Amino acid sequence: MRDIVRRALDTAAQQGAGYADARLVQRRERGASVKGGAVETLASSESEGIGIRVLVDGAWGFASSGDLSGPAVDAAAALAVRIARASARVGEGRVELAPRPVAQGRYETPVQLDPFDVPLERSVDLLTRAERAMAAVEGVATTTASYGALREWKSYASTDGSDIEQVITHVGGDLEVTAANADDLQRRTYPESSGGYAAAGYEHMESLGLVERAPIIAGEAVELLSAPVLPPGRRTIVLHPSQLYLQIHESCGHPTELDRVFGTEAAYAGTSFLTTDKLDAGFRYGSPLVDIVADATTPGGLGTFGWDDEGVEAQRVPLVSEGIFSGYLTSRDTASRIGRQSGGSVRAEGWNRLPLIRMTNINLLPKPGMTLDDIVADTEDGLWLESNRSWSIDDRRLNFQFATEVAREIKGGKLGQLYRNATYTGITPTFWGSCDAVADESTWTMVGVTNCGKGQPGQAMHVGHGCSGARFRDVEVGVGA
Amino acid sequence: MSDHTDTGALRIAERSVAMAIDAGASEAEAVVVDSVEALTRFANNEIHQSVAESDVSVSLRFVDGRRVAVASGNRTDDRSLRELAARAGEMARLQPENEAFTSLPTPAPISRIDGAWAAATADADPESRANAAGAVIDAARGVGAQAFGLCSTASEEVAVASSLGVAAAEARSRSQVLSVMMDADGGTGYSERVAVDVADIDAAAVGAEAADRTARMRDPIELPAGDYPVVLEAFAVVDIADWIGYTGFSALAVEEERSFFEAGRRIGSDLVTLTDDAADPLGTPASFDYEGMPKRRVPLIENGICREVVHDAQTAARAGVTSTGHGLPAPNPWGPFPLHPSLAAGTTPDDELIAPIDRGLLVTHFHYTNVVHPKQVVITGMTRDGLFLIEDGQVVAPVRNLRFTQSYLEAIANVEAVGIERRAVEGFLGTAVVPAMRLSSFSFTGTTEH
Repeated sequence: MRDIVRRALDTAAQQGAGYADARLVQRRERGASVKGGAVETLASSESEGIGIRVLVDGAWGFASSGDLSGPAVDAAAALAVRIARASARVGEGRVELAPRPVAQGRYETPVQLDPFDVPLERSVDLLTRAERAMAAVEGVATTTASYGALREWKSYASTDGSDIEQVITHVGGDLEVTAANADDLQRRTYPESSGGYAAAGYEHMESLGLVERAPIIAGEAVELLSAPVLPPGRRTIVLHPSQLYLQIHESCGHPTELDRVFGTEAAYAGTSFLTTDKLDAGFRYGSPLVDIVADATTPGGLGTFGWDDEGVEAQRVPLVSEGIFSGYLTSRDTASRIGRQSGGSVRAEGWNRLPLIRMTNINLLPKPGMTLDDIVADTEDGLWLESNRSWSIDDRRLNFQFATEVAREIKGGKLGQLYRNATYTGITPTFWGSCDAVADESTWTMVGVTNCGKGQPGQAMHVGHGCSGARFRDVEVGVGA
Repeated sequence: MSDHTDTGALRIAERSVAMAIDAGASEAEAVVVDSVEALTRFANNEIHQSVAESDVSVSLRFVDGRRVAVASGNRTDDRSLRELAARAGEMARLQPENEAFTSLPTPAPISRIDGAWAAATADADPESRANAAGAVIDAARGVGAQAFGLCSTASEEVAVASSLGVAAAEARSRSQVLSVMMDADGGTGYSERVAVDVADIDAAAVGAEAADRTARMRDPIELPAGDYPVVLEAFAVVDIADWIGYTGFSALAVEEERSFFEAGRRIGSDLVTLTDDAADPLGTPASFDYEGMPKRRVPLIENGICREVVHDAQTAARAGVTSTGHGLPAPNPWGPFPLHPSLAAGTTPDDELIAPIDRGLLVTHFHYTNVVHPKQVVITGMTRDGLFLIEDGQVVAPVRNLRFTQSYLEAIANVEAVGIERRAVEGFLGTAVVPAMRLSSFSFTGTTEH
């Protein structure tokens, strides 16, 4: 396979590329779901191809091919060069790449049980037992248990000498149950609505406790249907990791993508309020309790790897330090524009996509001192919000609105009344500035997101978020109730 | 894919089905998509990303009695297709019988649709996409703005074959030019065009429309959140058509009690008629779905009244009806969706829609919308790239963006007037064909800083 990658680079260079890199990717997935007492899906997919990125006259070009024959690879390399030449005619900007050490080596996700060696019957049996446990609860409408495994084998090389092989494995499983009446639909998910994925082997699937948790969330879905709607007001809120992860994702992860800051996503999901004048200028993003890092080395994270898709080694980059904005997610061509080295944040969804700046694992660091239970006990009057239900944020990542599956009243430090259709809204720096408690590591969880969207053509990336739970004051809740 | 008469995709699908039968399948179906896609993005008045992709995907649905599995890959040589069939068969046999499964769909006559494919789109090259980007950028420079956006061209041959005799193949193409512009004074504007034939898209006109909005959006004023009468341009209306179709008009959503749908229920004003119409010549046509079933024109809402939902072969079998041709590629746990929403034009000239409004808002586009409450279709999102204050029937000022939290069912009940002109707009379900509309009230629930 390395011969194919080398051939692509040689052809690109012969055609006039000043720099080129190529990724040959073989992707393998399998998945199963059980719904309504029967196997709903049983599927397997395999895909392979090569993506070739070139720099010509200071402009990028990219072409890919699912045909790995020599002539097809040559044609793709030549097309990438032609595309770059055409692009160079429009605009005067010239790409400069921040230097990085030549990368050579191999990385493999640590797994105990290879998911592709474990018989699929084993996962179908587990899903069946979990689904039955949900369906046994009176009043549920639909019950679904799902499993998925992904392996991506990547061979990367560049004309400046890098040569890397990586094998990334992700495994996940989750539950979803709904209850409905004429006017309302309530849903509960576990472990998160994003699918319960981790960088791990099949052992992760069996560690989730799906069968044990199934009747609990089914009961909650039914209970939610008759719960009162969360009334509007300004409240103290305590976010469980199953909601906090997405708050981090939308209001810190995306706005710290430096390509977004430079406008390259403006025509799609927008730009960012974290403009470069705020870097190293003491801009207060949140309270002093807020420490957020991009860490591509976190065990189990979906954003964990050996090198990014530009051959930059995995590393930990501070984004917010004691509440002060301190860094970006970067690529080689954006880092050079702010005088920094790349933080190694570039990945592509597959062989047929251009590598872009993507979140790695964006983690809110735990704070010693209070457990999440302690924070609830320390809250006189507030709301406990758990499990994301929907999300929306403006095109500069300032005004956000989230909905959660579960809201419970906190009175005198104890959880009480259940509410349905809970929402909260705010402005990013004001919201994070109101954070007055972050839980310790006892509830710290790595949450996997498998549907982070970015780019045109669209790319759905796997990213991770570590967090333990946190409290925020004076937040608007019950929007439109 | 070399040209629109090539049936290579169908031959691959038929070979794949034959190999599945050889591997012991009682029934089999293969979907093959042979595609060439290219997309050029621009930002800050220059091209920053330009990509091209070619691939052939094969998805095989293998049936063993009442057990079904799906395997897919992108290799089409005999050995790879045999391995695909073996992999699918092995998985199918792992599971218990599914009593709910009866059969793959049987063939039904497909009426050919003209205008699903255009040679100019298939033949578009990097230089022509760069020229289109350049035309938009020139328009931005003309008003001192920066242009951001894309020009895309895609051509594919889709084929479906099955052991029950389904054999459908069609070439389809699609092109889009889209632009957001911004300037230093807070001006921002949006425009896009979608067409089967890239030759039908005037990139300079896209640029001119976005540039005009940008110039008019400079120095926006701040308005408080609240309920306002609105005129929604087609770029915003597409979001309503998509979410209502997605949440309500899938037969699976109705089965699972997720939908508001009830045949004969009034949900919109008399002026609202929504059809799923894959033959609408203004859109991006298709004659069959990913199960090889003919696409039927389905009336979803007629003069405000719920009429029908869309079906795939599975929901149709359970309901005892025929598929409407809305199946997605297997495995498909999400059910059928109306992928070609078409909203009927009204009788009000577009430039007269704002006339009766004493104080309200003209909304160009929505951003990042999501469901708050599925059964009431309560959606939240932001306005973007063009929001204007209307007073006494005139646009009087640009306005900073607002967040809305609004039931889209209430929104279509509030429709007071529908514009004459319809345009193709790319939504999250596919290409929709929609007009502009005036609504008596729309609920804005938050503000932001730009």
